[in-house]
Order: sequence, then structure tokens, then C-alpha cells
Amino acid sequence: MASKAIFSTLRRSLTKPHGGAVSRRHHLSTTSAATASEPYPGDEHAIVMKGVRISGRPLYLDMQSTTPLDPRVFDAMNASSIYDYGNPHSRTHLYGWEAENAVEVARIQVAKLIGASPKEIVFLSGATEANNTVVKGVMHFYKDKKRHVITTQTEHKCVLDSCRHLQQEGFEVTYLPVRTDGLVDLEMLREAIRPDTGLVSVMAVNNEIGVVQPMEEIGRICKEHKIPFHTDAAQAIGKIPVDVEKWNVSFMSMSGHKIYGPKGVGAMYVRRRPRVRLEPLMNGGGQERGLRSGTLATQQVVGFGVACELAMKEMEYDEKWIKRLQERLLNGVREKLDGVVVNGSLESRYAGNLNLSFAYVEGESLLMGLKEVAVSSGSACTSASLEPSYVLRALGVDEDMAHTSIRFGIGRFTTEEEIDKAVELTVKQVEKLREMSPLYEMVKEGIDIKNIQWSQH
Amino acid sequence: MMMIRQAAKKALGLTSRQSTPCSVGIFRSYHENVIDHYDNPRNVGSFDKNDPTVGTGLVGAPACGDVMKLQIKVDEKTGQIVDARFKTFGCGSAIASSSVATEWVKGKAMEEVLTIKNTEIAKHLSLPPVKLHCSMLAEDAIKAAVKDYKEKRVKTGGV
Repeated sequence: MASKAIFSTLRRSLTKPHGGAVSRRHHLSTTSAATASEPYPGDEHAIVMKGVRISGRPLYLDMQSTTPLDPRVFDAMNASSIYDYGNPHSRTHLYGWEAENAVEVARIQVAKLIGASPKEIVFLSGATEANNTVVKGVMHFYKDKKRHVITTQTEHKCVLDSCRHLQQEGFEVTYLPVRTDGLVDLEMLREAIRPDTGLVSVMAVNNEIGVVQPMEEIGRICKEHKIPFHTDAAQAIGKIPVDVEKWNVSFMSMSGHKIYGPKGVGAMYVRRRPRVRLEPLMNGGGQERGLRSGTLATQQVVGFGVACELAMKEMEYDEKWIKRLQERLLNGVREKLDGVVVNGSLESRYAGNLNLSFAYVEGESLLMGLKEVAVSSGSACTSASLEPSYVLRALGVDEDMAHTSIRFGIGRFTTEEEIDKAVELTVKQVEKLREMSPLYEMVKEGIDIKNIQWSQH
Repeated sequence: MMMIRQAAKKALGLTSRQSTPCSVGIFRSYHENVIDHYDNPRNVGSFDKNDPTVGTGLVGAPACGDVMKLQIKVDEKTGQIVDARFKTFGCGSAIASSSVATEWVKGKAMEEVLTIKNTEIAKHLSLPPVKLHCSMLAEDAIKAAVKDYKEKRVKTGGV
């Protein structure tokens, strides 16, 4: 009696319409916007969020902020979630052994991708945690003898913030400037090295502008001076060939969700020969060689491992595909528009990251118009504040150009139609905004903007 | 018991497929008035700067990320603003503020438009605190345009 009443109320609440959520299920494809024409009034599949109305889902071109889960990774994670539920650190029964086995398989997969031994891989929650652990952990361990850290001005915010934290504790940090193409000046690095330098941290591929630093040369310099070399390789693994021996790195940070793996997992490479020590950030039961205590999330780790293995297999193919799409995007935009600047070196660059500035057009207004394309202006970390991107400022870009950058992220699953549609939408919006721009008008009349006395208030 | 468990499973099944739509890439919500002015801007364009009935106000700086050019066409006999045009380099709120400014100055006397306050523009567009400077710039642009027209009149020996 009572159960029947409960069941009927449950049924009523379950079959209540969920306000368009059900219809959204059918629009998970990002290519839907590519084939959609102008939104017509009364479009019941239109999504209205944050005051913006778009028909269909936007094209996803923001691969540097995160990547969609590869279906093969999902399959592996799904199976692992259901079956490998044991605690991988339980030594006494089959459930623990099976889970530990799954973790060790993943460890080998990650190690193979970077040319390391599985014993040198430590799993944790992501590249941010790895960066924090290395920067703070190494300096805290050697705090009596080593008081100096060298890093660059274009590092990821977590590295810069960790360095700032160290400065508050009394360490000294040198933030190396970069050249206008985004690359580190090796002479300046050499000059900055002191006898008490404890760590050099340079990211391999920049998340905002996509430039690839000269890792082998930096590794050689660090080896000469016997300084541990740390690199944030979150945007690099699975995309460019990474070899910890060739680069001579002592520490490397890796992230799962940048290579079509799950979020919430990452890894840290800690060299064993020659041995480098660091203080752990997470104290506890001594898991992961004592460097990161805590129970591992088995299915996350398994997902990360599979993602690394897939990346190793498909790196060459992905590179060709993405390079092709990058050229299509750049040429498509350059054909129709002038005043397009590529931020950062075009030669030493990861193809999947295209950071463009459009002269005389302001970035936020362009983003507002590009609501059918999911792109980013600068990095996600700085998008919460109103600062122009610090990476672009470090490149020496003019203040007004720093406000205009758009970062297109191309990935394994991007299609040609998406690129063509993105080109079309971008060109249309830029032309519309240039029509509205007094600066463009002045340039067309032949006035040199740099010579005008602006009345600031 | 079994039926409740089944119903609960159905509930779980439904909620797991309910994917939350992704953000459209902007980090704060714009009022629909702002978006309307951005999608359908009113009065974009230019008048001839050298026309004696036109006043031009150019305010802001590219380094700040906002430049507004507001032009008014004034009827010489009555002193009323008969038409207005704008061009803006700036964010969506800046474009909307200057578009609203051109709408509000049309058909008004010059002295009257000098009383337009940035707070009114901001209220009409529901601008968040970080974007109030856009409305300030619009108010400055109106004043600058009126000032420019008056200076022109003095030069040509008019009233």
C-alpha cells in the first residue's frame, strides 16, 4: 500500500519534463553547429545561458584548456570503475592485488610515453599538484644550501604562484624574460645561474601561445651546472616527442585531461639516477614512494594510462592531421582579413595551438560575437580577472594588441567542417567589429594611431 | 522494496544522462540589452568631420582597451541634435554604452544631453561594477562631442 503510493509519487517526479535537458542529449555532437544554418525564431533546441542564445552547441576549439574524453579511454575507465574497486594499497586480498595490477599497468604506459622507468612515475591529482610538489618540495628539502629558483615569465600560473609563495618564505626567484617569439634566451639563463640555484623550471609547450622551448639545450646547461631541471609538460606529452634522457629533466609534470584522458589525475616524473630528493606535500601512509600519500583513484589512473598509450600510438598521425587543420585555419583567416598577427614563434610551435591577434578589434567583444565557437582569449586562469594576458605582455606585445588575442585549440577530434565554420564566423565578426572601430577608420584614412594624444580619464 | 530500487535506478539513469550544457566561453553574463545593442548596433558610422554642423568627440585610449568616437549633427537654427553616429573599440559593454548614447541624444537640445549621466546608461544596461567605466566613457564622449561643436561654432563666428 505504502510502497505503491511512494512508487507513484516517484514515477510522477521522474517523468516530469526536465526543461529541455532531454532534448540536449541529442545534441552532444560539436559538429551540429557546423552544419546548422541561421537560428530561426521559436527554435526549441536553442540553448539560452548567461543571457546568450545560440542554436545548437558551439564548436569546441579550446583544446588547451581541456580535451574531450577519448571513447577508448572511457571504455577502459568504465570497466575499471566497476571491477577494480579494491584499494590498490591493500596487500592482503585479491581485490587489492587486482587494483594494484591495473595501476602498475598504467604506470608502465605513462613511463613508456616519456622514456622513463615505471619506478620513476608518481600519480597524483594533476599537473597543478605536480608543479606545486616539485617547486616547493625540492626547495624545502634543500633549503639550507639552495635558496634560488629560476623560472620564466610565461610559466603556468601554478608555477608562478608557487614561486611567489617561496619568495614569501624568503627564497629568491629569477623570472627570466622571453624573446618576442616566446622562447627563452639561453644566454640569459646561463647568466642567471648562481651557486645557490636549487631548481630551474621551464615549461615545454606553453599553454597560451603554444611555443616549444629549446628543451635539449636547457637540459644541457642544467647538467653542466648540476642543477635539477623541472618541466611542466602538461601540454607537451602525447603531442611532441618527449624523452627525459634527451632533455635531461629531473622532474616532469603531466596532466591527464590534456591528452584525451580524465580530469583529476596527473603524474610526476622523479628521476632516480642521479637521485633527486623532494619533500612531499601530502603526508600520510607513504604511498607512491612516500612522495604522495593517499589512495589512488584506480579508474582515473587506468584512464590516464590508456590515454598515454593511445597518444604514443597516434602521435604521428595526430600531428599530421592537426598541422593540416592549423594551416587551413590560418590561411582561411589570412585570405579574407589583414592585420592578423600570430603570437609566438610559428616555427618552434605545437600546431594545435593557434593564438591570433586581430588588429583594431577588442578581444572580449570578438569573443562575445563568436558565441558559436568555444575559444578562449588568453588562458583560462586569467579569464576570471580583467588583466590582459601576462604571457602576451611578456612577449612584448603592445597593450592594445594584448587585449585582442584569441586562442584556437585544434585536437584529435576536430573536423574540417568545424575549422571552415570557425573561419567563416571569425571573419564575419572581425569585419563587423572593424566597421565599428574608430581605430580601423583612422588607419584607413592614413592617420598613425601611435602619434595621437589620447585623452585618458 | 524492489520497485523503489528500480525507480531509484531509473532516477539515477536519467540524471546521469542529463549533461549540463557547456559554457559559451564568456565568464560573466551580459544583460540582454547589451547583447541586443551588440548584435543590432544602432547608428554605427561616421559623419564628415569637417561639416560645420557636426561635433566629434573622441575619448579613451587603446592602451586602456576602450576608444569611443561619438558624432552629433546639430540643426544650426534650433540647437537640437538631429542625428548621431558612433564607432567604438572596446568590449561589448562599451559598444552598447555608446550605442545607447547615440539613441538618447537624438532629438534633444545640446544643453539637455549634457545632463545625461553615466549612471542612467549603466542602469539601462544593468552593467556590473567592473564595467561602469564604459558608461563613464560614453558620458565623456557626449560632452566631448558637444564641446567640439561649440568650439567649431565659435571659430566660424556663429552663436
